[in-house]
Formats: sequence, structure tokens, C-alpha cells
Amino acid sequence: MSHLESSVQSLHPAPEGASKQMETTDQIRITTPEKVCGMGHRMKRKEDPRFIRGQGHYVDDVKLPGMLYMDIVRSPYAHAKILNIDASEALATPGVLAVITGKDLKDAGNLHWMPTLMSDTQMVLPIDKVVYFAQEVCAVVATERYIAADAIEKVNVEYEPLPAVVDPFEALKDEVIVRDDKEKKTNHVWHWEAGDKEATDKVFGEAATVVKQSMHLPRIHVASIETCGMVANYDPTMGKMQLYMTTQAPHAIRTVFALVSGLPEHKIQVISPDIGGGFGGKVPVYPGYVVCAVASLVTGKPVKWIEDRSENLQADSFARDYHITAEMAADAKGKITGLRVKTLADNGAADAAANPSKFPAGMYSICTGSYDMKAAHVEVDGVYTTKPPGGVAYRCSFRVTEAVHMVERMTDILAHELGEDPADFRVKNFIKPEQFPYKSPTGWEYDSGNYDAALAKAMDIIGYRELRKEQAEKRARGELMGIGICSFTEVVGAGPSRDFDILGIKMFDSAEIRIHPTGKAIARFGTKSQGQGHETTYAQIIAEELGIPAADVEIEEGDTDTAPYGLGTYASRSTPTAGAAGAMAARKIKAKARKIAAHLLEVGEDDLEWSVDRWQVKGSPDQHKTIQDIAFAAYTNHPQGMEAGLEATDYYDPPNLTFPFGSYIAVVDVDSGTGEVKVRRFVAVDDCGNIINPLVVEGQIHGGLTQGLAPALFEEIVYDENGQNLTGTFADYLVPTAVESPKWETAHTITPSPHHPLGAKGVGESPTVGAPPAIANAVVDALWHLGVRHVDIPITPQKIWKLLRDAGVSD
Amino acid sequence: MIPGEFEYHAPSTVEDAVSLLDTLGDEAKVLAGGHSLVPAMRFRLAQPRHLVDINRIAGLSYVREEDGHLVIGALTRESELEHSSLVAGRYPLLADAGRVIADPLVRNRGTVGGNLAHADPANDHPAVMLAYGATLVARGPGGERVIPVDDFFVGLFESALKPNELLVEIRIPSPGAGSGGAYRKLERKVGDYAISAAAVQLTMDGSMCTAARIALTNVSPVPMRANAAEAEILGEEPTEDAIEAAGRAAAAECDPSADLRGSEEYKRDITRVLVKRAIRAAVTRAQGGA
Ligand SMILES: Cc1cc2nc3c(=O)[nH]c(=O)nc-3n(C[C@H](O)[C@H](O)[C@H](O)COP(=O)(O)OP(=O)(O)OC[C@H]3O[C@@H](n4cnc5c(N)ncnc54)[C@H](O)[C@@H]3O)c2cc1C
Repeated sequence: MSHLESSVQSLHPAPEGASKQMETTDQIRITTPEKVCGMGHRMKRKEDPRFIRGQGHYVDDVKLPGMLYMDIVRSPYAHAKILNIDASEALATPGVLAVITGKDLKDAGNLHWMPTLMSDTQMVLPIDKVVYFAQEVCAVVATERYIAADAIEKVNVEYEPLPAVVDPFEALKDEVIVRDDKEKKTNHVWHWEAGDKEATDKVFGEAATVVKQSMHLPRIHVASIETCGMVANYDPTMGKMQLYMTTQAPHAIRTVFALVSGLPEHKIQVISPDIGGGFGGKVPVYPGYVVCAVASLVTGKPVKWIEDRSENLQADSFARDYHITAEMAADAKGKITGLRVKTLADNGAADAAANPSKFPAGMYSICTGSYDMKAAHVEVDGVYTTKPPGGVAYRCSFRVTEAVHMVERMTDILAHELGEDPADFRVKNFIKPEQFPYKSPTGWEYDSGNYDAALAKAMDIIGYRELRKEQAEKRARGELMGIGICSFTEVVGAGPSRDFDILGIKMFDSAEIRIHPTGKAIARFGTKSQGQGHETTYAQIIAEELGIPAADVEIEEGDTDTAPYGLGTYASRSTPTAGAAGAMAARKIKAKARKIAAHLLEVGEDDLEWSVDRWQVKGSPDQHKTIQDIAFAAYTNHPQGMEAGLEATDYYDPPNLTFPFGSYIAVVDVDSGTGEVKVRRFVAVDDCGNIINPLVVEGQIHGGLTQGLAPALFEEIVYDENGQNLTGTFADYLVPTAVESPKWETAHTITPSPHHPLGAKGVGESPTVGAPPAIANAVVDALWHLGVRHVDIPITPQKIWKLLRDAGVSD
Repeated sequence: MIPGEFEYHAPSTVEDAVSLLDTLGDEAKVLAGGHSLVPAMRFRLAQPRHLVDINRIAGLSYVREEDGHLVIGALTRESELEHSSLVAGRYPLLADAGRVIADPLVRNRGTVGGNLAHADPANDHPAVMLAYGATLVARGPGGERVIPVDDFFVGLFESALKPNELLVEIRIPSPGAGSGGAYRKLERKVGDYAISAAAVQLTMDGSMCTAARIALTNVSPVPMRANAAEAEILGEEPTEDAIEAAGRAAAAECDPSADLRGSEEYKRDITRVLVKRAIRAAVTRAQGGA
């Protein structure tokens, strides 16, 4: 071990705290003055001046000399043989330079297929048949965007329709085989289990109460405001391929492109400029990207491809689509003892999910949630259908949304069935603060938590007991009101290299910090912000560690030629991984700074102590060197024998995931005439450990809650029996706006992560995970006395109307 | 979502617009707010060869009372109606509708004339104007033509306007003493077309309903009056039983089709509920309530 490393270690001893229970507080920790703006300060986002003034730079803003435009011919059928593609009329159109088909890609080196992130394969362009509606069939390259759009109508494709299979239960009958390219003629893709089956069956055998419920978390779409797109710029002279693309994971994409295309990796530069929302939808590689890159290779010119809204909604990866049947067991005292779950995962035409490779169902086995129970067993089967491939983790750490929805619904059903108050029932069954670190029955080790504190705070803010009284009074008058709770546990920050990789690449992340002579800094990270505020948050982490004002730290991400290698931003992993790397790199710099300070002050290193932004002599703080003094010296007066400069890189391999949590309470009123549900109040208490920027955290929660309201009441991708997408525009894919959103009331508790260098946890996805079950539970709570046990989301007025009329309630 | 090729014309007088329409015939479409036409063009559902943009014609945008009528220029934006104190004070049915047509962004562009000329049963103004018994004024090569609203909607997206006619004005009879109106709409989210909606305009004499017009949105292929529902309250005291009967009548006489907004059965029952709510609100207003 080098001297430098050992001093880093002594500054920050190994996370022995990992095995101790963490205290919970409401107080945000602030250790730096306002001008430094380290952790805990409500700093306004550094990136906002550019976004607010319309000066963001997105892929569609990239304009290169001589740039060509690509548009895509898409399948009108969900399942059909391709008999012939006649491009002659399109090619005869002035301005059309090329039509690229699957055959062309095959001839170019078998580029007509590509690997998915889940080690499955997916067509780039088909040769024999299409397997989903709006599938990419071929591409037109033209000198103008408008010419390309007109020309795709002139490509004549002859199809022979085949029967579609839309329902995964039907698909399992194997009457229609989606993937006849595979050796095994079946639509069953994989089977996966977690937990102890025998122990679980035993617990169920001994149970006093068992509840069972089937539910469907429907297909939804991330519907980011910016659609996907690329500008591919191949320079035939230098042999270099520049790819400006909407990607959340630029480095991994570069490696995959190198492996698939055969281009040397140093000749590929992926640039992910500003991104208008990713939410997991910009993790996968879509056929359009590949074809666009090929188009540039073939023409030797820059080529732009930007999806329109309908292409984005119809062909890009979906999220969720889990069909779940769950059972929950309790003993005679109403203590939850076990959970048994069977699940069908509708993958569409390829398993193109974005999960860590060893986890075909992602983190779904976190499904015992916030409750202490003896045993659990979870099964998931992946199925092919003739629908677009996926599914991505939409603002969700790999299927935790599905897991939380299921366990929170089941807990509520069980509480109601036992006649217990859902809040009291949760408290009775929570994992208690003293049980952390907690080993779950499916093998996760929760780092820290205090579920009682978060729920108590939420109940206090909303006035839970009074609301229950109001509900009883209203019910007596025939008015329908419900209160719903969700006390979720999230699992974010993938992840430790022993378990987590994507196509073999370990899921560490990275930071590189350079301090300039005048004490300002630039830092680059392996992640990529899509609205999460990294330019602010990361700067505050560095300010916290080094005392350099956050305003003096420039943050860069997204250019693979300059940023250190990392796995990107999704699954709430940036703060747990790259943020930690930033802190560790800063600590390396701090250790070198100490040597320089000792040299300048002519004292021993051990005589120095750190204070906010300086090394000072113990007992005489007047004798000090600020980080700015030290930075200047690092270039002008560094000790003999020491390297000049002040910079460091860190690749952070987290020892564990982080487990943020929270309690959300929703109050709904139901219109017995129309079936409309109005969310009257919504309180969200989140605990994401130490808070880096409260403003950014609140912003994340506000946005995430609205994206949780979305699937709860509005959003669903709907197909007809022929596999045609009926929700291909925003007229029918109903994204809620500020108007539909209740006033979000947010609050926090703070239970630090014991192993993260800053005690922080991820937070971006908690609200999307926690909001839907809170709302669903509130609706069922309003209708339970009418015999209603469950409603699948989205809870539309029509579904409620049907339940009400069936129960004899009208207006 | 790129429209096909078209030629663009921007006349500055009604006469020029009408003469362009007369020359170009079927190949041309009037462009007003563009919020029904442009989406259709982007999906290439409509591919007009010529667009006649009427936005530069002066004097087509106004809301005022004249000769016992509220007169509205065809190019009046929805947002102008929405913010008109005249409408808010004297025309509660129109004011109700003005707040629930599309969303604020669309209302900044969309015009009252376009909303009617489009003859879309999903649009809100057709039912509103049917309930008011409005008249529509068209200008063609031969001059002005006044069309009673009951004759205006001919088919799905088909109005009584000829291809060479421009809708220039809408006239709503000013409400007399004891009259009141209301619009009740159920939508999936703000900016959505109605699952169903009911427009009611009535007059009360004491406890008796002496005049009633009821019309429905998006539950028939052509914007429709609910005559049977009207009959249940006209000349009657609008008791809860009569109102329920009117709701049931409307549910029976409408002709909704199933789509993502709901099944036929659902839409009928919601129509019943909305008609009842609109009648109750109209009666309250007619009797001087809020
Ligand atoms: C997202 C969205 C949501 C919407 N929701 C609703 C809703 O909830 N309720 C609702 O009522 N509407 C809704 N609309 C439609 C909107 O109100 C349109 O603005 C309106 O239907 C058409 O008015 P326009 O001025 O935009 O007409 P345009 O789109 O310009 O024209 C529509 C049609 O009318 C013809 N036309 C227009 N003006 C004249 C004229 N003066 N003389 C002759 N012909 C003419 C045009 O040729 C065209 O055929 C919505 C639109 C959008 C985009």
C-alpha cells in the first residue's frame, strides 16, 4: 500500500459503521458556510440559467455541415412475414440517397441483429418477419428532413400478416411462436426464483390467515419530453465515429458499439449532450441508433435521426407489465409471517430489459419490503409476446416499483381483512430500527432504516387519526373517502461488483477532479445527468470535502473522450456510486494537500487538522493554508520529490446498495356518480440519508410523485387484439400535468447510510415507487365497505364506476 | 409527424379569403387557430393542397352584446371568451364551457369559429351553441347567409358550410329573466375531449321550467340535442324525479361508441349523471343562485 493510499484510509476508516445502527434525525447536516455551499445548502441549480433561457444543447440542436437526415419505415402489423421491400420509388425521389434494409445490414457484417442488455438478441432491421407494431423495417436517408418524411411513404413493403399474441398467458400456450429464429420453439424465455420455497410453504401451512390477490402492473412508457435521437458523424479520413446520442450510459454504449461494429474503441466517441428526461428509457440501444450510425458509415456524412412522439411511444422500450399473483400469511396475532409470489413478466419480442445481467427480474426480490417476516419465495417467468421489447426500469431501481406495489397492496389487504388499522398494522410488522443492518428473507442486507419514524411523521403532518374520524362520518352519509398508506423500502445504487454487472462490465462508477492553480476546479464523472441536477450536487460534494466553493467547481459528464469510464445514470445510482467516487477522489486530493500544507507551514503532517477549506496547525488555527493557497503551491512551489499538480481519480465500488425509504399517505375522494378519483392530499416523508441539496431532493420528489400519480390514475399503453398500439399519441397516452397533480406536501427524516462516504442514499426514484400504492390503497380503502378488495392501476373513472354500480351505488 | 406539402395563402380581407376559397375549391382548407387542422395534417389524416390562413383578417375577433344577442367574431380566441367579464356575468353556460375546452395553451390559439366549423362532436362549443339556440353567420361569394345552429351540424366533421364559405360570426340570444345555464363535462385529464358532457340552458317561471334546451358532447357521431331529455322538464317542475327522468332520457337517446374513454354503457350512464348535474346547476342559476 502506498503512503498516499494509507493516509486516505486513515482519514476515512473502512465502514465499520456498516454493522451499527444509525440514529435518525430531522436536522439536515450543514458543516460549511454559505459561501462554500457544501452539503445541506439549498443551492439553486447551476445548470438552470441555461435551461430556463432555452440555451440547453440537446441532440436535435446538433447541426453539422453536410448533415443528412434519416427517417424510418415502420411496420403496420404486430406480426407479419415480410415478402418484399420495394424501395425503387423512394430511391427515385430527388434528395433521397439511400434506403437501408435488414439485408444491407446483414451484408455489412451481420449487423441486422444486436445483443440486448439481458444477453438476448433483438432485430435491428428485419429480413423475414416483424414481431411488433411500429417495428423498424427500413430506413431512408435524404438531404432534407422533409424529403425523408415524404420518402418513407414511397417504400412499398409487402407483408403477409401472422396472428399476433398480445396476452402473455396466451403466449405461454406456444400456439404462436414469436421468436422462430430461436432453437427452442417456445415463448417462455426464462424462469427465476429467490427465497426459500420450503420454508415459505411451511410458514403458509402454519398460518392463521392467508390473503391472496392477483394484480397487473400495466405497460407504461417513460414519455420523456425529449424523444430519442442521434447524430452520427463518421469521418472516413480519420476513421473516427462521433455519436451524439440521447443516452444515459455513454461509456457502456461505446464499448458495446465497439464490440458489435468492430470499430476500434478509441475511434468511437459517444457524446451525450443535455438530455430532456431519461427515466430509464435512454438506457437501451434502439435499432434507430444502430441504423443511423451505419448510415453515416455508408455515406461518410453526418446523419441525424430524431424520433417523433408516436415513434417514441409506440416502439421504444416500455416499463412494468408484470402480472402478479401474491399470497401473504399472518399468524394468530396478526404478525406477517410469509410472502409467496408468482409473476409473469411480459418482455415483448425480446428480453431487452435494462437489469444487471445476473438479475433477470432486477431487484424484484426486495418484495418483502419494510416488513419483518420469516420466509418468502418469489418466482418470475419471462415471456415473449408480439409487442415492443423491454422493459426498462422507469424511474425505478430495476423492478422495485413492481415489488413495492405488490407488497404494499398485500399488506393493506391483510390489514383490512384482519380489521386492523393499516397504519397500526404496518407499525406492528415493521423491521425495527434495532434490527439494522437487516438481512431479508430473500437475501438483501438493508443498510439502515427507521420506518416507525417516517410513518409517525407522515401521520402527524396529515392528521391521520382525525382523517379516520372524518371518513367514518362521511361514510355514514354515503360519501366515499379513502386514506392510503405506502411505507416503502427502496434498493438503489447498483452496485457492488461481486453481484452487479452489465454485460460483464462491473457497476462501479467514477470521478476525476482537477484543481486549477487558482483554486478553481473541474470534475468529470462517469454518470450522465438527465435533469437530476448533477452539476450542482456533485459540486456541493466537492465543496463539502475540499472547501472549494461549489460555484467554483465545473462539472462535466457525457463525453467518453474526456470523462472517466462509468456505467451511467439510472436506478438512483449516481449519488451512491459516482457521488461517492467524487468524495473519495476529493479525499485523495485532501491527503496530498496535507503534505503540501505541511511543507509550506514547515510542520509535520500529524500537526495539522482539517477545517472546512484549510489545513491548520492544531491548537493555532492562525497558522493555516487554505485549499486555494495549497492549489497554487501545487503548481508553483510543491515539495521536492512530489509530483506537481493537484488531481485525483476514483473508481468507487460500493460495499453494498443503499436502502432509502419513506412513508406516503394519500387522501382521496371518490365521485359516486362518475367514478372519478380526486387526490385531495398527499404527504410524502422521505428518508434518503444525508441530504446533499434539499432543493434538488425536493425537486426530485415533486417530479417523481407526479410520475407516480401517472400510472396510478392515468397512464397505460393499450393494444388491441391485433397488437396495434392504441395509445400512440399524447391525446391517448395520458401524462398528467401540474393541473392534475395535488399539492405535494413533502418532508424528511434522516437516517444516514452507514457505508456511503457521505451517509447519503439515492432518492430520485423513491416517489415514483411509493406514490402508486399509496393512491391505490386509498381508493380501495374508500370502497372496502362495498366489498372491493383490489383495483388494478391505472384507476380510471370507468373502473370505479363499474365497481360502484356492481355494488348498487349510484348518483 | 411532418405534414405533406401544401401551398400557403394569407389573405387580409374576408372578400379575398372567400374568393380564394371559391377558386381553390375542395383542395383548400381555412386555417384559423390550427389546433384541430394542424394535428390532422401532421398525422397526414388531412392533406389539403392549399391553406387559407385567416389570422391576418382584421375585424373577425370580438365579443359584444348587440340587438339582444351576444355576438362573437369567428376568429375570437377561446382565451378571450374565457376572460370576458360579459360572458362570465351573463352567459354562465358559455363561461362553464370556456374553462374546460382543451387546456390554457390550446385556448390561446383555438378560435370559436374553428371549434364550430370543424363540426367535431367531441368539441365543446357545438353542444353549447345547440343549447343556446345560436345562429351562425357565413360569408360566401354570394354574400351573407344566416344558419340556425340546429341546421349547422350535418355529419361527422361535416357542417352546413360550403367549401367557398367562411364562418364569420356566432350569435347567441341574450338570456331573459329567469334563465340559467350550465355545462358539465367529464374528461380523463385537462386537455382531453369529453368522455361525455351536457349543456343545459333553461328558463324558470317560479318553480316551473318554461323553456329548456339540452345538448350533448361526444356521445353521438353528430353534435346532438337531447330532445327527449328536454321534454321531461319542459313545462314541468324540475323535481329530483323529473331531473332523473331527463338524465335517463338523455342516456337512452344518445349514441356513444366505445373507445379508450369508455364503454358505451359507461358513457350512457355518465351522460345521465352529467345531464342531471347540469340541470340542477342551471335551475339554481335561473333562480338566482350561484
Ligand atoms: C390537445 C388538444 C386538446 C383539445 N381539446 C379540446 C376540447 O376539450 N374541447 C374542444 O372543444 N376542443 C378541443 N380541442 C380543439 C380545439 O379547441 C381547436 O382549436 C378547435 O377545434 C378548432 O379551432 P381552430 O381555430 O384551432 O381551427 P382550425 O384547426 O384552424 O380549423 C378547424 C377546421 O375548421 C375550419 N375552419 C376554421 N375556421 C373557419 C372559419 N372561420 N370558417 C370556415 N371554416 C373554418 C378549418 O378549415 C378546419 O377544417 C383540442 C385541441 C388540442 C390540440
